[in-house]
Amino acid sequence: MPKRTDIHKILLIGAGPIVIGQAAEFDYSGTQAAKALKREGYEVVLVNSNPATIMTDPELVDATYIEPITTEILEMIIAKERPDALLPTVGGQTGLNASMKLAEAGVLEKYGVQMLGASVQAVRLAEDRKLFQEKMLEVGLSVPRGRMANNVEEGIEIAREIGSFPLLLRPSFTLGGSGGGIVYNEEEFAERLAFGLRESPTHSVLVEESILGWKEYELEVMRDRANNFVVVCTIENIDPMGIHTGDSVTVAPSMTLTDREFQMMRDQARVVMHAIGVETGGSNVQFAVDPQTGRVIVIEMNPRVSRSSALASKATGFPIAKIAALLAVGYTLDEIKNDITQTTVASFEPSIDYVVTKLPRWAFEKFPGVDPTLGTQMKSVGEAMSIGRTFKESFLKGLQSLELSRAPFPTPENALWDRRIESLARGRAERMWTLWEAFRAGHSVEEINRVTHIDPWFLVQFEQIVALESETAAYHDAKDLPPALLHQLKQSGFGDEHIAWLLMQPVWPPRPIPVEERLARIMEKKHLPSAQSIGKIRQMRKQQGIQPTYQMVDTCAAEFAAHTPYLYSSYETESEAPPSSREKVIILGGGPNRIGQGIEFDYCCVHAVQAVRKRGYEAVMINCNPETVSTDYDTSDRLYFEPLTVEHVLNIVEREQPLKGVIAQFGGQTPLNLIHDLHANGVPILGSSPDTIDRAEDRGRFGDLLRELDIPSPAFGIAKSREDAHVIARSVGYPVLVRPSYVLGGRAMVIVYDESTLDGYVATALAASPNQTLLIDHYLEDSFEVDVDALCDGEQVVICGVMQHIEEAGIHSGDSACVLPPFKISAYHLAYIQEYTELLGRSLGVIGLMNIQYAIKEDRVYVLEVNPRASRTIPFVSKAKGVPFARIATYTMLDRTLRQMNLSEEPAMRGFFVKEAVLPFKKFEGVDARLGPEMRSTGEVMGFADSFGHAFAKAQAAAGDPLPAKGSVFVSVNDYDKSAALKIARDLHRMGFPILATRGTAEYFERNNLPVERINKVRQGSPHIVELIKAGKVALILNTPLGQVAYEEGAQIRTTAVRYGIPLLTTLSAGQAAVQGIQALRAKQLSVRSLQEHYRQIPTLQQYKFDQNP
Amino acid sequence: MAQQRKVARLVLEDGSVWRGWGFGAEGTQEGEVVFNTSLTGYQEILTDPSYAGQIVLMTAPQIGNTGMNEEDNEAGRTYLEGFVVRELSPSTSNWRASSDLSDWLKARGVIGITGVDTRAITRRLRERGSLCGLLTTDEIQTDAGLVERARQVKGTDGKDLVSQVTCKAPYVWEDRTQKTWEFTQYFGSIEWDSREDRPALHVVVMDFGVKRNILRRVAAWNCRITVVPAQTTAEAILGYQPDGILLSNGPGDPSAVTYAVDTIRELLGKVPILGICMGHQLVSLAMGARSYKLKFGHHGGNHPVKYLPEGRVEISAQNHNYAIDAASLPKEVELLYVHLHDQSCAGIRDPQRCVMGIQYHPEAAPGPHDADPLFRQFIQMMLQHKKTRPTA
Repeated sequence: MPKRTDIHKILLIGAGPIVIGQAAEFDYSGTQAAKALKREGYEVVLVNSNPATIMTDPELVDATYIEPITTEILEMIIAKERPDALLPTVGGQTGLNASMKLAEAGVLEKYGVQMLGASVQAVRLAEDRKLFQEKMLEVGLSVPRGRMANNVEEGIEIAREIGSFPLLLRPSFTLGGSGGGIVYNEEEFAERLAFGLRESPTHSVLVEESILGWKEYELEVMRDRANNFVVVCTIENIDPMGIHTGDSVTVAPSMTLTDREFQMMRDQARVVMHAIGVETGGSNVQFAVDPQTGRVIVIEMNPRVSRSSALASKATGFPIAKIAALLAVGYTLDEIKNDITQTTVASFEPSIDYVVTKLPRWAFEKFPGVDPTLGTQMKSVGEAMSIGRTFKESFLKGLQSLELSRAPFPTPENALWDRRIESLARGRAERMWTLWEAFRAGHSVEEINRVTHIDPWFLVQFEQIVALESETAAYHDAKDLPPALLHQLKQSGFGDEHIAWLLMQPVWPPRPIPVEERLARIMEKKHLPSAQSIGKIRQMRKQQGIQPTYQMVDTCAAEFAAHTPYLYSSYETESEAPPSSREKVIILGGGPNRIGQGIEFDYCCVHAVQAVRKRGYEAVMINCNPETVSTDYDTSDRLYFEPLTVEHVLNIVEREQPLKGVIAQFGGQTPLNLIHDLHANGVPILGSSPDTIDRAEDRGRFGDLLRELDIPSPAFGIAKSREDAHVIARSVGYPVLVRPSYVLGGRAMVIVYDESTLDGYVATALAASPNQTLLIDHYLEDSFEVDVDALCDGEQVVICGVMQHIEEAGIHSGDSACVLPPFKISAYHLAYIQEYTELLGRSLGVIGLMNIQYAIKEDRVYVLEVNPRASRTIPFVSKAKGVPFARIATYTMLDRTLRQMNLSEEPAMRGFFVKEAVLPFKKFEGVDARLGPEMRSTGEVMGFADSFGHAFAKAQAAAGDPLPAKGSVFVSVNDYDKSAALKIARDLHRMGFPILATRGTAEYFERNNLPVERINKVRQGSPHIVELIKAGKVALILNTPLGQVAYEEGAQIRTTAVRYGIPLLTTLSAGQAAVQGIQALRAKQLSVRSLQEHYRQIPTLQQYKFDQNP
Repeated sequence: MAQQRKVARLVLEDGSVWRGWGFGAEGTQEGEVVFNTSLTGYQEILTDPSYAGQIVLMTAPQIGNTGMNEEDNEAGRTYLEGFVVRELSPSTSNWRASSDLSDWLKARGVIGITGVDTRAITRRLRERGSLCGLLTTDEIQTDAGLVERARQVKGTDGKDLVSQVTCKAPYVWEDRTQKTWEFTQYFGSIEWDSREDRPALHVVVMDFGVKRNILRRVAAWNCRITVVPAQTTAEAILGYQPDGILLSNGPGDPSAVTYAVDTIRELLGKVPILGICMGHQLVSLAMGARSYKLKFGHHGGNHPVKYLPEGRVEISAQNHNYAIDAASLPKEVELLYVHLHDQSCAGIRDPQRCVMGIQYHPEAAPGPHDADPLFRQFIQMMLQHKKTRPTA
């Protein structure tokens, strides 16, 4: 069946900001779908609130709306664009929920918009657990016992029916299982159930028998409108049932199923898809299998592309989202060509001759106090995928890709993890490392299987890896290692660093070391092998001819020739896809997403690839994050799905000759961490030199430069011990900002007001710092911060944009909302910013991008830091200005000057663009939802309008905290903030918002003649503020305590606000912005405009010549 | 890990020698090397008589994980000449497993080799076509000597391998797909529910190396089954008064099995016939078509075939090195299925003579069940035939 010609214009809804459970994979799927539909000649309209996405690049589709994904806004867009159809299945749960709401609100019917791929009924059937389970039973499939509770009483009754704990709670319609979990006893049951009921938009929670410890499988399946069906990939979870699949280590293909068992599952997946009524597209069906009897239970299905389908696409080379889009417009699987073989069709099931492992990465270190136990609610923030010819190779490469610990040995990051065997019983982030130690300590497969329920097949593999470790540790010098053993180690996936570490062990197994001593050793830096000893292993390998080979991911296990150089390394007998004779540029990606390093950097990498290709070089991409667009096989000329370690990058550098150089500026801190070693190995680094980077990152050298240039900066010092810290803090003056050097996203960074707090902090902070030094800066209290992104070609400096933070200094720039253009900075300050930026760019010799953070206090502009690389804000600035800065930066690194591109000054812009951070507090029960110097947001949204107020209001709505139009506002601020808070409260009062406040604030307001209702603090007894929030009687909260003690007091209020979804403002400046937002909303309705339309109104945009070759 | 491993070599006629570790039996075995891309199902493959004369290489890298069990054998013994894997599992993990793969092979005299670059070998077979070779655990002979010997190994062309695998005497088959493993109910087959109420149909299976799952699937439709040796005459077959004849799968070159072609020619038009794989090729030859050898065959569980009358695609299990030239089919024979990768003939039908030939494996084992409804069609064909000609 050919494509449909009755539809012409198709609306795609993206997934919005990156949150836990919904990450970059939906940029990958949305981009694929958009490209496929465009290629088929359809007009495509796209909506996504997340500017850090490739899918929102204006050249991709016809009309791009970076707008909040709300029914109201979507209706405006539909009314304006009048699409014929909506594809709801490529934008994650957000896109699907938004589409369902549009259907339910009658918007689709009103404007005659068809839903493609899945019907409203099918989505409801798949998403509503009760309907789903009923349907499964009706078609003869098994489901766990249990049913839906709509209130707590009902839930207790169901628990009684099932008869035993643990029980599983699964709220309907939530992301990443939010609000769900395993309940072990009656005591916690009611409270957890109540929370789940609130989390669920339909106020329903499934209470069911626990199938904890069962084997867990996922089938990625596709169906077309002729009812053709294929299984693209089978994924086996190493972590059994009970741990969310997003938090599980998973493997493809399945390892422990016979064909008979697998085919039954395949049949059932087909029945599920049929029964649910997914007409076309991809779905994910999850099964649990009783390891004792083989009983198969259907767990759930997602009638859309998912995180797992992105993984399956990368694991097999079969582009699920692209094909889903083509199926949605009427093609059948047999009409779609397999891109990789170019001779076969998409209606087949990929066969793979390698093993793929996916490992999650968590960020618990950012959320002290959060229970790191894994359960049915996803908690990881990113993932790495690895490919090897065997499971061992794949798994060990996966550990290297995580960057947490390049190998399974103690490193600064994991030194404090719980390694007792008892801790294995509960799934924890560190479980895979604990397993290792358990095997090293001599525990048996049976013992470990008993506590973890991990299939013995995997445990035997781990046991064998540990046995190889022990065999290796008997040697102490690389030259003594028998070549056969070295070859076996490499074939089994051991990194050179891991081998070097084994050789330096005096005894094996390493003696168990108490945590304190472990820390001390790490301080002494004696736990890690030196670059030299790692280099020795490399040298030995080369001497013995033990060299990596490169194999293709070809969808077909080599049955057909492949034409897409999508490669992974192994230690086999021959390499495929020999490099061409063209000059190449290698782009290093960002690895697994984490807080502080996410999709923004992948956006930049993709632009770098585009620029490299446009300039006629061959673009070689290295990355190991399966969620990304950069690892789509058609993004670059050649793709290496490999860990971002010196060893793997050097291997590729040696193969991909002739090489112009390596670009390390776009992948965040990951590639920057490699450049010293790469440079030392003679690898040409494009853009800013390693020396430039070092000068900017080394506070000593950087301080010298600032003095030389006479640029003010907060006083600082570098401490190597507690005593140092005291002296420095006193000399720079409290409050001080303390942080370890060379870190990302402000990790382990705090503002300290006094000596005793400083003391307590020093020990833990030192633990997080690889080079054991602490930076202590004077903290400019009450200043406000400005982020500047700039381009430099070595001579000329051009500012991309000046972003004013809405939160004051001290809040991490990644967590602060910001606005472009700055609307409250004087020309006086701006002139300094311009001057300092130019001075710094030129003096540092930056080539490409740099980001400078300034603080403005009174009449002075201070430089806080300079990062000579792409920053998180590059996609935001690029979208706001309509100028692809990452591409331009790449051109400057290759061979062009800014002048050649007609770029001589900061590009002009219109309107206001507000970036707002999206925080994961809701996923981490009990965490204090305050903002601080430590970055904790997972994603961002952009609000865009002609006025600041409207832009701010849109950003808040897009971030999921829409400003209220009515209701009570609760204000609680400390004495210091009271006068400013009064103005805000007065404005809100004038707009008709009743003001609530606790005693201190209330008295102050009353004294100043502002009517206020007094509310008890919690300790003053009922009825108190927390109860009021719980009862839904508060519409907005302004809570800005300062200092450690007040923070603790407010924590309960903030935590409750987050749990109940009440907009929470923790800074005065955010309060002022909110007032402006609400005023704007009252004055004038919101309106929408596509980026393309917006850019057409900026005449200066036409003058640039960045993408044209001279 | 390194304890007492014995070296094994896979030696190909192109002169390449692949060194790995032996498992299973010891000695030297010769055959044609083929690769199979199934991700699961090595047990069924190891026991499929169609692999007689062949050394089978699995492209899936981790083999042996689920051990061997009592239920999944496709024949009472093995017929293949050797087994090549990237990594033999060091352990067995499955609730149905009753033995370990290596021990199982040893007991049946099959040599296995692990630790060889199966992808590189597959690429060779893909580029150069099927290659003969040998598998040995002999550590004394030189590579050169073995290569010389590998070059002497005869391929399957013109060889009647069927006579080596067919049963010696007729037997009755009763075993059917067990209830726990039945899947037809998922696809809402009405006939299925009423199958027990019908008088049993009698199917004679000509055994060219029949896989048990063919028998189990036919038996599941409440058929009486008599399996007869490949050399059984048409007269003897008709003497069973069958409602239908099933021509089974089997190994090697169909053009070498001339006696069976002659027998089938006599049966044409008398009773409904379903040919599977070798059976399909033989019935096609009997109707006047020609066979040819594919470059490296089809062996795997992911092959798309298109049902031409409706355009529907089935993902099928395939295992054959020879195919029927569609252009050589007589006029009255309809091309029913084509293989979507190379457009080769995947199934035929002659409605007049009640003949259906399917190149792939509706019985799966291993592989997807998409084509299982073909058995239902065979049953319907027999019922229809019985109705029109009540006394066959």
